[in-house]
Amino acid sequence: MSSVAFNPEQGRPLHPFATFTLPLVAVFGGLLGFIGGQAAGLGPLEGFIFGAVIAAALAFGLTRFVAPRPGRWLATAICAALGFSAGGFPGALGGIILGALLGWAIYWLHRGDYRRGVPVYATSGQVLWHNSFKFICGAIFFFLIAPIITIIPLSFNAQNFFTFTPEMLALDPAGYSLKHYADFFSNDAWLQPLKNSLIIAPFATVISVTLGTLAAIGLSQSHVPGRRAIMAILISPMIVPLIISATGMFFFYSQMGLFMENYLGMSKTLTGYIKVILAHAALGVPFVIITVTATLVSFDQSLTRAAANMGANPVTTFFKIQMPLILPGVISGGLFAFITSFDEVVVVLFVGAAAQKTLPWQMFTGLREQISPTILAVATILVIVSITLLTVVEMLRRRSERLRGMSPG
Amino acid sequence: MTLKTTLAATTALTLAATGVFAESHAAMSNDMTIVSWGGAYQNSQLKAYVEPYVALHPEVNVVWDESSAEAVAKLRAMNEANNITWDLVDVEAADGIRLCDEGLAMEIDVDEALAAGDDGSTATDDFGDSLVSDCFIPQIVFSTTVGYRTDMVGDTPPTDICAVFDTETYPGKRALNKRPLANMEWALLCDGVAKDDIYDVLATDEGQTQAFAKLDSIKADTVWWTAGAETPQLLADGEVVMGSTYNGRLFSAIAEQDQPIGMLWDAEMLDFDGWVVPDGLSEERLARVMDFLKFATDTQRLADQAKYIAYGPARASSAPLVSTHAELGIEMAEHMPTDPANATNVFVTNYGFWSDYRDDLDSKFQAWLAQ
Repeated sequence: MSSVAFNPEQGRPLHPFATFTLPLVAVFGGLLGFIGGQAAGLGPLEGFIFGAVIAAALAFGLTRFVAPRPGRWLATAICAALGFSAGGFPGALGGIILGALLGWAIYWLHRGDYRRGVPVYATSGQVLWHNSFKFICGAIFFFLIAPIITIIPLSFNAQNFFTFTPEMLALDPAGYSLKHYADFFSNDAWLQPLKNSLIIAPFATVISVTLGTLAAIGLSQSHVPGRRAIMAILISPMIVPLIISATGMFFFYSQMGLFMENYLGMSKTLTGYIKVILAHAALGVPFVIITVTATLVSFDQSLTRAAANMGANPVTTFFKIQMPLILPGVISGGLFAFITSFDEVVVVLFVGAAAQKTLPWQMFTGLREQISPTILAVATILVIVSITLLTVVEMLRRRSERLRGMSPG
Repeated sequence: MTLKTTLAATTALTLAATGVFAESHAAMSNDMTIVSWGGAYQNSQLKAYVEPYVALHPEVNVVWDESSAEAVAKLRAMNEANNITWDLVDVEAADGIRLCDEGLAMEIDVDEALAAGDDGSTATDDFGDSLVSDCFIPQIVFSTTVGYRTDMVGDTPPTDICAVFDTETYPGKRALNKRPLANMEWALLCDGVAKDDIYDVLATDEGQTQAFAKLDSIKADTVWWTAGAETPQLLADGEVVMGSTYNGRLFSAIAEQDQPIGMLWDAEMLDFDGWVVPDGLSEERLARVMDFLKFATDTQRLADQAKYIAYGPARASSAPLVSTHAELGIEMAEHMPTDPANATNVFVTNYGFWSDYRDDLDSKFQAWLAQ
């Protein structure tokens, strides 16, 4: 029976059970027990000892008598049962997670799976570093994603606070509700900013993409004098602290707005939109320039000369030859410009009036004056929209690569 | 092909957006931008003043801006840029006084511009002591007071303000406003200074040292807040055992949100909140604002506001008309900071003292916080 427990390729365990697997699993189990004990109301030391004992017993029994796959399930089931006896249904859920981790760790250590992915001649130090590296990568990923994930369950809170209520932690359906989503889609205080964002961002994007693409094409010509200086000026909105740009823009666009109102007879609301759109377009231009310039590096300039040779004028050449080839860069630049405008709060606070209040502005004041989970519902929707947009762009990029034969498949 | 699709999509998007644009463009010559605090308070103004007014004057389009917290700075910048985008601004009395002194708010003749009281009194008499500045039209009386977690204070819930400084009976964190106002007065009161002498003592260096020494005793246990929404959130989370905030926020957390929170009325700090009209509006906008202001500050409207939030009307003639909560049906009079049963021990914010000492005490307070 015991031979089944070993991976045939790896053969026998590399280290003796009693001095390697058992103590390491006990320490790992102790840490899990510490976490589980906190939730179950045990003291830190009791939790650690309890977890270590359970883990050592499981490691001893499982590695000797049970094959890996059923062994992991068994560990999960045992911990789930323990969790259930301590904390009911939510306890069982926690037990399942901790048990799955523990079951995985036991076989991972015991069978030498940690040597997978490293050459057989690697020293112990190199194996240790390989696994630490994987752990660090995982931790970085966790710290990037966890804060964003936290808001999603909170947005379904049945209460009007940013709090995980006891009902929510007990997975009681009464603790959850869609009322904050309903509030977002029915409350004028949110719909008007949504509408403003959807007006301002596309216009700003179109302006940024047009100007940014033209600038990038011009700057990629080797005969343009002072290319570097012009480039530095054009991307300065990205480098100058936003609050400084915003202050400058406030005074600049105030004068411009007054001119448009007094001499061109435009209304205050219209000039307000124009001001914010122009300000956001200025912020978006650097992103377009950078992405399009990067795409132009791989663009073969002799193609334009060939087109000219065949009688195409520069405009035709641009639209028929150059544009289709640099389109992925233009689209991703446009996407960045769109997101910049859609997420922007500082400049719009300065340049815009209340009639141009955008979603981020509403979220900002909402957070300060009234901590309402509607903000979290909006944030969740925005996260989903962003993920969708990025997925679409990535799919478009892959499609164009495939069409151009740059990648197989 | 892709290019054409993209171009077509962009064009369609632009056209669609232009359509929306033109629509919003059409409905804007009657825009009136009202600046307030957001949240439940702004909602009470919406229900009590703005919705009834718009029903009578459908051509007026009200735009809200939740910028009252930075009203002074923004009005200065607007004045500098000669581009006033606000029509009516809700500020605390102290800010109203500052804006008036700086010439950023317009002086208003109360008796001429506002409606007389329902009981026949003139507007001046009706508003009485709340008229603290020539530019400031008061709406409500609110108080800064203390709420506590009922499940974290044991069997003896606090009854007086000095519980804030009593970390032995009530261990745990406290939430206090990150500015000297109210904190300094409470510190001296709980350090044995008689209530009538507090501002005299606070005007001296020794008195200020004494107040800071008292605050030192709870400094390690204090969470400092800057927005009124923070204390209810901290109390709901159980992160603090007690904390100061505005009485309307506590009412909302207790009665509307059903949180395990109780509140004190002892040594509540009464203050006024009201409207100022920015200086430099065009005649057309000014006429529109003044018409709204007259409607929004009459006896009935101020009484109506108390249906939606637990702040007291600034007009004496409104008090008898205060009725029940719009949704919960609770009798609101007893939740007003001015109700005789609540107002047994009150501080009325001393604007004279604070306008003289505010800058000095603000910097000393910030320095003390940083120590």
